[in-house]
This record gives sequence, C-alpha cells and structure tokens, in this order.
Amino acid sequence: MSELNGNDAKLGNKSKGLLGSIGLPTLIIAVFWVLTLVAGHFVGISMSILFSDTLKRAGMNGILVLAMVPAIQSGTGPNFALPIGIVCGLFGTVCSIEFGLTGIVWLLGSIAIALPIAVAAGYGYGRLMNSVKGSEMTIATYTGFSVVALMCLAWLMIPFKSPKMGWFIGQGLRETIQLDAVEAAQILNNFLMFKIGGVVVPTGLLLTFLFFSLLVWLFFRSKRGIAISAGGANPKFAQAAGLDIDGNRVYANVLSTVLGAIGIIIYSQSYGYAQLYSAPLMMAFPAVAAVLIGGATASRAKVSHVIVGVVLFQGLLTTALPVANELFAGTDLSEIMRMIVQNGIILYALTQVKRGVQ
Amino acid sequence: MSESLLQFKNVSKSYFGNKVLSDVTFDVKKGEIHALIGENGAGKSTLMNILFGMSVITNTGGYEGDVLLDGEKLAFKSPHEAMDAGIGMVHQEFMLIPGFTIAENIKINRELTTPNIVSRVLGKRLETLDMGRMNADARKALDQLDMGIEEFTLVAGLPVGHMQFVEIAREIDKTGIKVLVFDEPTAVLTESEAKNLLAAIRRLAALGIGIVFISHRLDEIVEVSDRVTILRDGEHVATKKTSDTDAVEIASLMIGRKMTIDRVGGSKRKISNEIFMSVRDLHVAMPGEMVRGIDLEIKKGEIVGIGGLAGQGKLGIANGIMGTYPTKGDVVFNGDKMKLDDPRSAIEAGIGFVSEDRKGVGLLLDESIELNIAFTAMQVGDKFLKKTGPFTLQDDASIRRHAIKMIKELDIRCESALQHTGSLSGGNQQKVCVARALTQDPVLLFVSEPTRGIDIGAKKLILDLLMKLNEELGMTIVMTSSELAELRSICDRILIICEGKVAGVLPPDASDADFGLMMAGAKTAKADSVAEGGVANVRA
Repeated sequence: MSELNGNDAKLGNKSKGLLGSIGLPTLIIAVFWVLTLVAGHFVGISMSILFSDTLKRAGMNGILVLAMVPAIQSGTGPNFALPIGIVCGLFGTVCSIEFGLTGIVWLLGSIAIALPIAVAAGYGYGRLMNSVKGSEMTIATYTGFSVVALMCLAWLMIPFKSPKMGWFIGQGLRETIQLDAVEAAQILNNFLMFKIGGVVVPTGLLLTFLFFSLLVWLFFRSKRGIAISAGGANPKFAQAAGLDIDGNRVYANVLSTVLGAIGIIIYSQSYGYAQLYSAPLMMAFPAVAAVLIGGATASRAKVSHVIVGVVLFQGLLTTALPVANELFAGTDLSEIMRMIVQNGIILYALTQVKRGVQ
Repeated sequence: MSESLLQFKNVSKSYFGNKVLSDVTFDVKKGEIHALIGENGAGKSTLMNILFGMSVITNTGGYEGDVLLDGEKLAFKSPHEAMDAGIGMVHQEFMLIPGFTIAENIKINRELTTPNIVSRVLGKRLETLDMGRMNADARKALDQLDMGIEEFTLVAGLPVGHMQFVEIAREIDKTGIKVLVFDEPTAVLTESEAKNLLAAIRRLAALGIGIVFISHRLDEIVEVSDRVTILRDGEHVATKKTSDTDAVEIASLMIGRKMTIDRVGGSKRKISNEIFMSVRDLHVAMPGEMVRGIDLEIKKGEIVGIGGLAGQGKLGIANGIMGTYPTKGDVVFNGDKMKLDDPRSAIEAGIGFVSEDRKGVGLLLDESIELNIAFTAMQVGDKFLKKTGPFTLQDDASIRRHAIKMIKELDIRCESALQHTGSLSGGNQQKVCVARALTQDPVLLFVSEPTRGIDIGAKKLILDLLMKLNEELGMTIVMTSSELAELRSICDRILIICEGKVAGVLPPDASDADFGLMMAGAKTAKADSVAEGGVANVRA
C-alpha cells in the first residue's frame, strides 16, 4: 500500500516536474509564437524567410544572452550592465579597423583587443556589485547607461584616422560603421552556410554560439563554477564551506562582461554594421528577456535556458514584426508590440524573483 | 488576595496533531505574583499566545479547555481584545519608538486629543494632541513605578532599564489593567536594573494587579513570586507556594527525566588524556547567541556536550570556531593555533561542522543529494575532480559512487542520489548534512542541534550514528543541543552555558536539580542557595 502511494507520488512529481521545468513564461511565448506563425502563413508571409531570420537572429544574439548565466548564477542577478561588455567589444572592433585588419583577422583581432579591456572593466563592475549587495539590478542598469553615455564622448574624441569610420567632416567616429569595408560582414554566417528547403542556415554563426555555450556549460561543472553557483544559491552555505563569495561574484561578472564583449563582435559581423553611441543603451533588455523566457529566474539560469530562450524570443520578434505590419498596414504598431512584449516579459520575470529564491 | 483573577482550566493545545500543552490548570489571584517557569519548548509561549488570542492559535484550530478572567470565559480573537479586557504584556524586546518622548510612547495610539477646525470637518483622527494631559497621565504612571525621569525625555538614548520601565508605564496607564504579563523582563537588564524592576513589580502587585512572571532566572522567581507554576514538555508539573519550596526543587521539577536513549556498548571507546583542542577566552558575535569569554578543553576521543537555554550563547561556540561569525580569542587545535574568522582554514584543519540551521546554512535545497554531500570536500579538499583535456571538471562517477555509499551507510531515505535535498524529510536532510561533514574526513566534528525538528525515531538514528562514529572511528565530537536528555544520553561530560559563559561542567548522571540550577544561572548549587534562604545571588 505504502509502495503504491510512493509510486503515485513519484508520478505526480514527474508530471509536475515536466510542467514546472518548462515554466509559464516559456509556454506563453511559445504558444504566442506559434499563433503569429499561423497568422503569418494566412497573410502570405514566406515561412522560409521567417525561419532563416529566426536562426540568424538567435545566433547573433546568443552569446549576449549567454552572458547572463554567470551573473545570475553568482547571485548578482541578470547582468543589466551588459552595455559595459558591449562597449569593450565595440572598442576592440574600432581599434581593429584602425589597425587596418580585415576579414577573419579583423574578427580575431577585435576579440583579442576587447578581452583584456573587458576583464578589467568586469573586475571593476564586479567590485561595484559587491558593494551594493541587495540592489544589484537597479545599480547595474544605471551603470550600463552611464558607461554608454561616457563612451559617446570617447567615440567623438578618439583620434582615429581610418576613413572607414570617420565622419566626412569633423572629428570622431560615425554612428554606424559598415563592416563590408573590412570584408567582415557576415563572415561567420557565411562559413559552411547551406540552404535547406529555402531556409538559410548560418552554420558558422550557430557553431560559434554553440561553442561558447559548451564552454559556459563546462565552466559550471568545474570547481570554480560550482562554487559560484553555490554562492549564488545560498551564500550562508557557501560561506560555511569556506568559499570566497565576493571573489567568486567578481569572477562571474568578469566572465559575463567578457561574454558581452565577444557577443557584440559576433552580433556586429552578422548585422554587417558596428553601431556606436547610444545603440548599446538598451541592449541588455532583450538579452535579459530572452534568458528569462527560456526558463531562468533572476537567481537561477542554465545554458539550456539561454538556447531555448534566445530561439523563442528572437523567433517571436522576427515573426511578429512582419505579421503586425501586414495586419496593421501603414502603422508603426510592430515596434510598439515589440516593446510591449519585451518589457512585459522582463516585468513578469522580475516579479518572479522572490519565488525563485524561495 | 484569595479570589481568582485569571484562571486556566484544563488548557490543551496541539499543532497538527503534535501536543504542545496538555491539561494545564492554574490560577492567578488579585495582587499575586505568579511565576511561570519551564525549559524552552515547555509551553510557556503557547500559553501566553492562548491568553492573548494570537492568530497562531486561532489559525491552527484553537485550544481546548477554558481561560477565565474574573470568572468569565475568555475568547479573544486578537491581542487588541485582550488589551481592552485589561490584560497587558511587557515584552522581552522593547516596542518603543526612539524618536518619541516617553509620554508619547506611553500614550501611543491612545492619545488624548481636543477637537479643532480641521478635525470637525475631516474627522477625529485629525484632532490636536493634548500634550498637557498626556504628560500628566504619563507622570502618574511613572510615579507609580517610582521613576523620577522626566516624561518629555526622548526614548532614544535611555538606558535599557529605563526603556523597560516605559513599557511597563504604558501598560499600567491603560485604565482597568487587571493582569500584567512579564515575559523574561530581566533578560536584558543589569543586576541593579533588575532589582529595581522586581521592586516595581511588587508595587504593582500591591495595587491589586495580577502578575504573571515568566523568567528563566530561578533566584528571581524565588525572590519575587508568591506562587510558582512549573511546566515541562507542555505538561503542568506543579504549582507551589514559593515559600514552601526552594530553587533546588523548582530546578529538578523543571528538568525531570525525559526520553532517554541508553548508551549501548561503549567498551571499545578510549579517551586519551591528550588535549585535542583548547579554547581560551572565546568571544563570538553571533546575534542572539553571544559568547562572552569561554574556556574549553576537548580531549581526543570524547563526546562533549554543550547545553543551556536558548539565547545564552551555546550555539555561538561552534559557529565561532568554524568562522561563520566574527570571533576573537585563542583556539589551539591539534597543536596549532587556529586562524579565526576563516571557515576554510578550520575545514582544512580537519574540523567538520553540522550547522543548527539545516535549511539556511546546511544545505543547497535546490541541488541534488550527491552534490550536497560532495560539495565541501570538492571545494576545500579538491576531491571528486578529474582532468578532462584542458578542463578540470567534477567527476560525476566518483561523486555518485560516494553518495550511494553514504546513502546506504547513513540510511538516507530518498528516491535517488539526484533527488533535491529540499524535498527530503528533516531527519534525512540532517543525515545529508552529516554525510557532507563526514566526506571531509574530519578528526573533530561539531554537531549543533542535530535533532531539532525531526521525529523521535529519526532522533535516535542520528544519536546512534554519532555514537558509532565516536566508537568505531574514534572521532571526537562536540554536540550542542537544547535537549538536555539527548546530551545526557551520549555525552561524556556536559558544559552548561549561561549568559555567554560556562556556568559549569557536569557529568551526564548529575542530578536534575544540578542541571536546572546551572541552566537558570544560579551557579552555586544546593548549599549556598539553601543557606541564603533559596536566593542564589551569584551568577555565572
């Protein structure tokens, strides 16, 4: 009898576990995406283009979303200061152009220059997070904003001479820098690219994303990674086990900032442009939204959440825009919808923070 | 003096089938000081919660039996109703607003007001305060307590003893106060402040107010009370005239013999004379469990018990040595001076710790049993890791093997090693904590409150396990517990901690009275207290 009950309980746990592991936000967005796809089909939008775009956008945003994992796991919450990493990456990009690098060398050069800067910036940011424990998310958001504003000045003052980046008159860098000029636009996307039933698969881009996902996944199985996760899940436990929680938080935020820097370089090459000035201002939000949709909470995130989340979120956005344009022709509703969806998701996810912690 | 003011008749209460009070009957007469004493968990707070109609009682199905005030049956739905009926309480922690004057604090929410233009339009809540009358009332209440302090002084900055008096003044200012409950009023006071307070309590009783006096300090009870009621494990042990009894008898009634777990075997054990750890003048700033200068020597192979009432500092000792709270003092372990405030070096030195805060400190509730068991050994001892290419990753296979071994050895009831510890029962969670400590291969094990919140069967398993570790592996164990019975069942000697210091060391077979007296802070045992007419003034 008792055994029977035990089995029942087990079954109950399993079905609950399945629903629980998918999570309500993930489910809602998935259903919504399917609905827009169906609607898109009826208004005559090409499905193959939609899927191609989804794959491309998921790949180009993927590493930026991945940057959320170390920050969340360490207990500092989603990295709303992602723009810090992004400007480091952009700085690498423009330096690399100034040095006259092109193609794959430009890509690797950008990353190589951005890395040490991102490590230093991430270290400072991590220290900041340790001194504002309890209000990390708000402080992070405004730190990101401030850094972007500061860099606006830097872009203007930087004494770079390359005609590929300067204004036609006056000093400073352009807002948008074409990467065609350094033969680096879509360089990863086109690597081993193939078409299947009209859907373009940007193999190189996806492989890069998966490679970094694998690295992050492996990291969280290492001693340091496990220590970071434990410090985020239960600081008292980690302290009693003799861990340096503050040090681990800094380490995790360095990692997050570095991923942000690499992420924007991968993003830019796929987009074909490097966008300076205020472009990075809001870039943290879609990344936060994506990881939360994928099933992460503000205190727990896994690599699987990143992959699921970025595909769903970017899928929904790429589908919703043209569909909304068709349905409400002549209006700018699609952009408004995007804002509602994106910010609505972040809002919903943040209300769940406490529950995640328990 | 003879008429009953407040009566408890056959009061019983159970929480979810767990009986915490059974058949308690006593009464408080007009002008009487009635002391209530018992160990932690004896049911004193539950009794007071019933008296005040607290929601914890009503929400869990109410209680059985009757509580009568002036012969009328009480059924309060909230503490407010109790206050209106004339029952007041002086709390252990002060509920005062520092930025207000004494008079304002005394009159809070019962302010005297006069109407003005605005209030005539917008209602009574906007009436002007009548500070003159309020101050006069406050003065009267303070005078009754023989307290010379000005009523318009701010509460902020007052000495603790005065704050206590302001609290009392607030209660007696309420018109028609009949019963006043003091919940450990002297816990935070100095000796002279406590004396003043006791004098004030006597004056209040002389005014005809019935006093319920809850305290752990036996000497105070003997000094001030007319009668004393002793509770033990929710049962009413006795109500006695204080003049007919003494501290020794009260102490032994309070402790009594509870469940006993008999030591079996023990022949193989050997305790060497080698001093394994010596602690000198240890101070630990653990909130609520302050340690104020403790000396302690632990011999290799023994089981040392640390007992005492809650809040006296017994839990601070293990936490301090393990570095989880700010600590100062000298600790020499195994011949080496230990670095304090550094959990890592304590763990590396070979000390294991099973925390009293199982869910807060002891476990990662959202992680698997196997990770919980392997965690500390992996982080501090670099175990369970393996090199894969350029990466050093967790070694799943060896973690699993070890976890399964532990699950079998400690009989952890679970579905698999992957089950999250949050879904285990208390006893099994405790075993996971013990398993993690054992995985570190400690030579000295600190175990705090190992049986808190787990059922009696699991308790025995845990205690048997500690015995087994000691007997078979020769592990030295320091067990801290609020349950004297379990300390007495497995320890070689028991330190009683009182007010952050060692009140004394007793063998497990010492008498109940000795334990009771020591825990209640009456340090010098029988001889002194009897000689002084039951008043033991010397405190630890």
